[in-house]
Amino acid sequence: MIYFDNAATSWPKPPGVAEAMTRFLDKVGANPGRAAHRQAVESGRIVYDTREAVCELFHAPDPLRVVFGLNVTEALNLALRGLLRPGDHVVTSSMEHNSMMRPLRALEGGGVQVTVVGCSRQGVLDPADVEAAIRPDTRLVALNHASNVVGTLLPVAEVGALCRERNILLLVDAAQTGGAYPIDVEADGVDLLAFTGHKSLGGPMGTGGLIVGQQVDETQFEPLVRGGTGSRSEHEVQPDFLPDMRESGTPNVVGLAGLQAGVRWVLERGVEAIRAHEVALAQALITRLRAVPGVTVYGTLDAELQTATVSFNIAGMAPSQVGLRLDDEYGIMCRVGLHCAPTAHKTIGTFPDGTVRFGLSAFNTMDEVETALAAVEGLVQEAR
Amino acid sequence: MTPQEYAVILVYSTSYAIRAEKVLLKTGIRSKMIPVPRHLSSDCGVCVRIERADKEAAQQALEEVGVEMDSVHDI
Repeated sequence: MIYFDNAATSWPKPPGVAEAMTRFLDKVGANPGRAAHRQAVESGRIVYDTREAVCELFHAPDPLRVVFGLNVTEALNLALRGLLRPGDHVVTSSMEHNSMMRPLRALEGGGVQVTVVGCSRQGVLDPADVEAAIRPDTRLVALNHASNVVGTLLPVAEVGALCRERNILLLVDAAQTGGAYPIDVEADGVDLLAFTGHKSLGGPMGTGGLIVGQQVDETQFEPLVRGGTGSRSEHEVQPDFLPDMRESGTPNVVGLAGLQAGVRWVLERGVEAIRAHEVALAQALITRLRAVPGVTVYGTLDAELQTATVSFNIAGMAPSQVGLRLDDEYGIMCRVGLHCAPTAHKTIGTFPDGTVRFGLSAFNTMDEVETALAAVEGLVQEAR
Repeated sequence: MTPQEYAVILVYSTSYAIRAEKVLLKTGIRSKMIPVPRHLSSDCGVCVRIERADKEAAQQALEEVGVEMDSVHDI
């Protein structure tokens, strides 16, 4: 069996993740921040240490400005719906996932103005096009760091620099890059970094969050959910400090224990080493897939310019048919179709049929790439 | 043996208390997280208990790294 669906969620998880979660359930279990007994304090420490691990990975200075939530979708909603007001202008790209596009389209109905900057058919965004789209009333630029469809990296640092010059906030969706590609929120000029725990950070589903930069005035940033925080309990109004103001209700500490172990594994292995491994796999996949007659590979075709997510099609076969046969006949698990990103597929010219997507991770091997290539060749030969 | 004299540092939330505890540990100041004494605040959260003799050194250590404190009390 070969698992090539890591762009949706990573599997297997790094060693230590399941153990950290089991340890929490068996030995700790208490509600963090709600009492001062030893197990509650230990639970609080697990959450805090996870904030520190995330900060270390993304070079963020303040663990208390990490807001945990369910996933990147919730983090993007928190950022977009919390910050944008009627009349604000926001710039985004044509390579976004629906986790960005749907909240933006809903806000548009409420009077937020949205400009979608077109990317090339390879998914490449030109920072000059973002610059040209910026207006005096632009409040936010919101981009994914890499496409979930073709893996193309967007020029986040370049856009960050031009946002800084103009005092515009930059929100980055790091779902596809966190843990797989270096991110430095300070050097890259990222004011709001939305991340998910269950992909290249190696954590379980139900973990993710938003890093809120010092440039963001958190008091101007509406919570989506209000409730108990274990702090300021004498007041019936929500606390006005991070992270409590954005984290109401009992958190997913069992998940965060796993996320911490995942992030620690990434830090120990090193993002650069993970990246080098994934570039080697992706380049072999791209080069060899392109050599198969009837196979079209999308994106930049250069592994250095993308994540280890490779989208392709086989002439004369629907993506759904390819996916089914790869699973049934070859034991290769991947994802086909539109990948929740219709605008990205329109940009690369594969809407509405979509593509076959191989999403690789640090745990995949060159042998698996070889096996998958042989499977694709087998399908193509049978189709001829 | 004389009973130990303590002070408590009240902070805004458990996250702040954990941060304070980490900073104090690095400075070599012993601390313990305890429930906020009822006579100081009706908050249901935790605060950081230190030995009274360490009060000024602790405050200084926390101020140096920018850990915000609500208030400090002898108990």
